[in-house]
Amino acid sequence: MSSALKPLPVDAIPAVDASAAAIAQDETFAGPAPDGVAAPAASLLRFITCGSVDDGKSTLIGRLLHDTNSVFDDQMEALERDSRKFGTTGEDLDFALLVDGLSAEREQGITIDVAYRYFSTARRAFIIADTPGHEQYTRNMATGASQADLAIILVDARKGILPQTRRHSFITSMVGIRSVIVAINKMDLVGFDRAVFERIEADYRAILPQLGFTDIAFVPISAKGGDNIAARSASTPWYEGQTLLERLESVRPETLEPEGAPFRLPVQWVNRPNLDFRGFCGTAASGRIARGDAVVSLPSGRTSRVKAVFGPDGEVEAGFAGEALTLTLDDEIDASRGDVIVARGDTLRATRTLSVDLLWMSERPLIAGRRLIARIASAQTPALVRTLDEAVDIHSYRPRQTSALAMNEIGKVTLALERPTVAAPYADTRELGALILIDPMTNETAALGVVRAIAAEPGIQDAGVPAAAASASRFERARAQWLGTAAGRPRLAAPLVRFRAAAAILLGLLALLFGLGLPGAVLLALIDFTLRPFLWRLFTPEPKPGETNRPDEVGDGAGI
Amino acid sequence: MKPMTHLQRLEAESIFIIREVAATAENPVMLYSIGKDSAVMLHLAMKAFAPGKPPFPLLHVDTTWKFREMIEFRDRRAKELGLDLIVHINEDGVRAGVNPFASGSRLHTDVMKTEGLKQALEKYRFDAAFGGARRDEEKSRAKERVFSLRSAEHRWEPKNQRPEPWRLFNTRKRQGESFRVFPLSNWTESDVWDYVALENIPVVPLYFARKRPVVKRDGMLIMRDDERMELRPGESVEEMEVRFRTLGCYPLTGAVRSQARDLPGIISEMRSSRSSEREGRLIDRDGGASMEEKKQEGYF
Repeated sequence: MSSALKPLPVDAIPAVDASAAAIAQDETFAGPAPDGVAAPAASLLRFITCGSVDDGKSTLIGRLLHDTNSVFDDQMEALERDSRKFGTTGEDLDFALLVDGLSAEREQGITIDVAYRYFSTARRAFIIADTPGHEQYTRNMATGASQADLAIILVDARKGILPQTRRHSFITSMVGIRSVIVAINKMDLVGFDRAVFERIEADYRAILPQLGFTDIAFVPISAKGGDNIAARSASTPWYEGQTLLERLESVRPETLEPEGAPFRLPVQWVNRPNLDFRGFCGTAASGRIARGDAVVSLPSGRTSRVKAVFGPDGEVEAGFAGEALTLTLDDEIDASRGDVIVARGDTLRATRTLSVDLLWMSERPLIAGRRLIARIASAQTPALVRTLDEAVDIHSYRPRQTSALAMNEIGKVTLALERPTVAAPYADTRELGALILIDPMTNETAALGVVRAIAAEPGIQDAGVPAAAASASRFERARAQWLGTAAGRPRLAAPLVRFRAAAAILLGLLALLFGLGLPGAVLLALIDFTLRPFLWRLFTPEPKPGETNRPDEVGDGAGI
Repeated sequence: MKPMTHLQRLEAESIFIIREVAATAENPVMLYSIGKDSAVMLHLAMKAFAPGKPPFPLLHVDTTWKFREMIEFRDRRAKELGLDLIVHINEDGVRAGVNPFASGSRLHTDVMKTEGLKQALEKYRFDAAFGGARRDEEKSRAKERVFSLRSAEHRWEPKNQRPEPWRLFNTRKRQGESFRVFPLSNWTESDVWDYVALENIPVVPLYFARKRPVVKRDGMLIMRDDERMELRPGESVEEMEVRFRTLGCYPLTGAVRSQARDLPGIISEMRSSRSSEREGRLIDRDGGASMEEKKQEGYF
């Protein structure tokens, strides 16, 4: 898994264009302001703060909110009261209390869960996910990271790089964040010593090659005193870089979605307000779609053309990545939740075998053979953890062999999906490469993961194959089951075929034992071998798309 | 990539969440509290299912103490949009004579709002309820999930919430459990007003400054909306130009002095405001983590 992270030369960091004009022209963020209204911040940056316990994350956020005038008077009054009651800072305001909202957190002085905070400056709107430092809440940190464009990794100047710093850096990298700010905090407690700052920077740079961050800055700060956060500190005349806030306002984070990616729309819901309208709703994962474009629905492989594209404000000429769209098609093709509509010619396809990097989040350790439910984009299918390939040592980033993944451990597994599901490597597309695993017994979200590779499989459609070959009628499915493969030639080695052969032979032997003659026994065995798949079809319900085919389990009442 | 503004990104995220519920819940409902957040949420739901209508009804839990203008607005909007509106009143509470003056804000809210909501959810067997809550409103809401699982007893367990990485919402639940779903999780007060202005969304006129009959009580300006509010010795009703930042039961909702008579006025006033939106809410003030306690009991 660490091998999947390509080392990047540290000096290949692009210069950040810090002018406001450049950001205003940045097409990802530019937008008109409503008439007659003071312009709201046009661009949005989502970032996380992470690091070890007591590195001062909550204090830093409290400080950011305070120094950008995002704290209201009544909240400040409450903060003064609370600082006296629960504060850990003596006479001073305890900024951490602004953000630690749950009573258990205030009493223990730690952050248990992700807290989302909102503030804006004249240049940008920000959404912060303040994530917990405790190892036991790693899953909450990973959740926050999965939605962020940038990470602030805090390091305590007195302690340097800790195991949790490495763990959070690794998860940050795993979920695809490329822009990080390493904020070396509590500089006031080491006398704003330049040597301390530079030593920690060198230590962190030593682990960078394994992380693949392409845009990194180191800032010496004191969250408690406000040094180098919104204002330049007089105590660090040796530091010539940007303050933390300047950096946040000017950074242009890399996104994973490559330019010019093909159009892909995971079908979320089918809108049928009347008999004449069948709209496929979903948020476009990538690309662009216009009226008349040829599309393919996966995994069925049926083709059609786009009749109309609807955006949030009604019909539009074209729809784009990130927009909540509704498509109507020329033909009555049967696509439903869990399918993906793609541009014709896309190489994307459905698969049954995935190689996945997982963060295990459940108390019961993961072992090979566990059955879970995988959720990829809008598709949901039972999945078997076929093999647990390796775990990652969070200290050295080296893989090691293991038979179980404990809570908050990261490892690589091979998943066998019950139904062919459209997926792609996370490095190519976040939307179709991110997944969660759900425990069918407790319904808890037991793991989050990213697809590293998908296995090639014969007989499963990709968008380049003509649709006729992919029609999956009842007969076709029965035939596929009988032959043990969806392809035309029988596969004698298929487990199902072998099982049937063994069962038939056993039945023949039993018949002989009970005194039936040899021809009768052979005939009986042949009949059994031939008819068993059809009996199987008869008594097992057809899985509806997007439904788990386990009628005996506790339903989620949601049809999926 | 087409350029998307901050508001367009929030809009797309909310529509995604609303559709997710329609696709996965058996019997969803949208809680409609008549305020600006509900107005935006309803507007987004109309967009999510166009050209059809939202495939779920609206539910208003009426405490019988809402401003009269809110009730008129509610009925008119439901009719204009042709939506199914369910109004539920906790009749046990009414019979027991619970009201904000005699019972105090806390008991009134518990009985008429929290209990009323539970009754309605059970009566109609709703398994997912949309709410307009935003994470920026209050500290304990900052940690709320988008899909918040509630036990069969409607309890919220803050330490037992499911992680929500990316946009992969785990919508599975057991019989009797339900979800509260918050499509506006990542919107701020300022985003809501910007969007109302941009999209011309109708809101209750109480948000705009006008001369209104108010009484100074407990450091707040309470509008005397009907005769049920009895004056205490020394109190008098004054006509003042005021508006409301949030709307709730009239005896529990403080007005603010303002001259913002239109949307641009509200927006510029809000941008220069030095107090938070919920300052005018009496019910938030029963101790530091009181909203968290209310949530555990099933309040939104």
